Amino acid sequence: MSAPLLEVEDLSVEYVTDTRTVRAVDRVSFTVGEGEVFGLAGESGCGKSTIANAILRLLRDPAVIAGGSIRFRGTDVLAFDHERLREFRWRQVAMVFQSAMNSLNPVMTIGDQIADIYTTHDRISKKEALRRSGDLLDLVGIPHDRLRSYPHQLSGGMRQRVVIAMATALRPPLLIMDEPTTALDVVVQQEIMAQIKDLQRELGFAVLFITHDMSLMVELSDRMAVMYAGRFVETARAQAVFEEPSHPYTRALMNAFPPMSGPRTRLRGLGEGVRFRDIPDLVSVGPGHWAAPIADDVPSSEASR
Amino acid sequence: MSAQTPVMSIRGLEKTFPIGGMLSRGRVRALGGVDLDIAPGEIVALVGESGSGKSTLARCLARLEQPSGGSLLFEGRDILRQEPRRASRSYRSAVQMIFQDPFGSLNPVHRVGHFLERPLRLHDAVSGRAELENAKRRLMEKVDLPAELLDRYPHELSGGQRQRIAIARALAVNPRLILADEPTSMLDVSVRIGVLNLMRTLCEQQGISMLYITHDLASARYLADRIVVMFAGEFVEGGEAMTLLAHPQHPYTRLLISAVPDPRRRGAFDPRERAQLRREVLKPVSCPFEGRSDTPCSRDAAVFHTVSESPEHWVRCGLYAPPSDAPGTALELPDTIEGATPA
Repeated sequence: MSAPLLEVEDLSVEYVTDTRTVRAVDRVSFTVGEGEVFGLAGESGCGKSTIANAILRLLRDPAVIAGGSIRFRGTDVLAFDHERLREFRWRQVAMVFQSAMNSLNPVMTIGDQIADIYTTHDRISKKEALRRSGDLLDLVGIPHDRLRSYPHQLSGGMRQRVVIAMATALRPPLLIMDEPTTALDVVVQQEIMAQIKDLQRELGFAVLFITHDMSLMVELSDRMAVMYAGRFVETARAQAVFEEPSHPYTRALMNAFPPMSGPRTRLRGLGEGVRFRDIPDLVSVGPGHWAAPIADDVPSSEASR
Repeated sequence: MSAQTPVMSIRGLEKTFPIGGMLSRGRVRALGGVDLDIAPGEIVALVGESGSGKSTLARCLARLEQPSGGSLLFEGRDILRQEPRRASRSYRSAVQMIFQDPFGSLNPVHRVGHFLERPLRLHDAVSGRAELENAKRRLMEKVDLPAELLDRYPHELSGGQRQRIAIARALAVNPRLILADEPTSMLDVSVRIGVLNLMRTLCEQQGISMLYITHDLASARYLADRIVVMFAGEFVEGGEAMTLLAHPQHPYTRLLISAVPDPRRRGAFDPRERAQLRREVLKPVSCPFEGRSDTPCSRDAAVFHTVSESPEHWVRCGLYAPPSDAPGTALELPDTIEGATPA
């Protein structure tokens, strides 16, 4: 296997204020291979989005990268100067944000917004940029005449397609998708996920996929990690995590979603019962499967939740 | 279930909205005449995609919208006839609504206690200071929240805690029916199940009925006794929750089920199969129940065929196509995708 596309090693991110420091991401390591879909799962506030923002160097005060390294195709992302960063963002790594539907500019037509990417990054004429924008809409199954539409004239699903198309505009080898379908209803969500899979097959980009929905993640991802309170608690092939979850938090997260099959039983949410502290480093529990060991003094009832 | 008098009987409920400008004659039909009974203590889930008319139905029941036609029988009283202009206070306390967004439904300038105090006072549920304090504490207990939170402001609470306050507020006036419009979709995963469990417990212990509106079929399966599937302002299928999901009849129901992510499914759902289902929904061609003497098929009127009596399960005739002024749906959109994936 060649060198991975993205290597994150011992990454720590802290939010520093005058009175206290909060460690949002704590010594996290993972790799994403070329063309691979890597999933990051966890509840709100566990640090998933902070990792995404750290990779694109989008963190602002008071967030600081407190340690570790991020390498993209072998080069140190954290050492990039302003110029390199401009080149890196969107051309190498593009991001589909949470509530991406609202990330379109309401006073610009769809066509102008997409063309902007090409005129800015590729320095081509407006006319050529608009032609390419049309091709891009083709890719996500939106008719050309929508180029002249404003965002509010499109449905939520269509806007999301546009945003995803825009992320792939410069054919970046890595796409970060932060909850790309959270605001959509199930039918539209399914269409969007199918679209992402099709595009990925066609264009071959890798995806860092962030969501709290374990079912969705297992369906889409090759490998995945479960995150809790800034730490990874488990990482493996997605199917392995689903079939043989090792860490109690992973099991709890899976049980936080009612299943579509099997008997109907009362579930326990991720209530106060499932709380962990001082999560140790991951150890191997199977081929390609790592999980944080559970200290012996954890009551057994906790493990069964 | 049918032996009991329903809490709410909906008959032929219609709602049309004007579209376009003031002078426009345009109309969009959000509700095309729906019938539904909700029994005491029963949880009915109303599922369907965005724009299918689920929320309009709930808003008509809560009397936040004036229905364009049909009738509502609440505990046997013809509400739209007896209270045609606006609902009486007793109806408003008996039918309570819980909204999707707990961040928007609690006024940020008031303490939590205020939200519980107002309904208690307005509906004369208590008299005297001490009784009021007691009532507030009891409500907090019912929704599993510590009484200390009464002195907090909404921004100091988590999403789950806020939604529990919204539920407590609804409970303050002893409702008979709660209309819950996507109550968990904006909550974090860590608290969703807790809120669903709470709603179940309340219905079981206090005999409150609930209309649970959602597009999340898995949560409907978890919570509801009965599921009714809505498409373009009309019901297409309904029945006992587990039966309906195990043996979906209508192509739209099958389409909804196929959209739910399920890691147990081997590989992705076949896009061709989905495209086929979509075509069947939009252009009905055949009906598997053709030839039933009790419910003859019809292209012009919505006929409901019984799939099974017990457990209850019915489906709309496959030959019927809704009128063209039904609202546009997301189903229209992916036609363009079909071209991309060769059928």
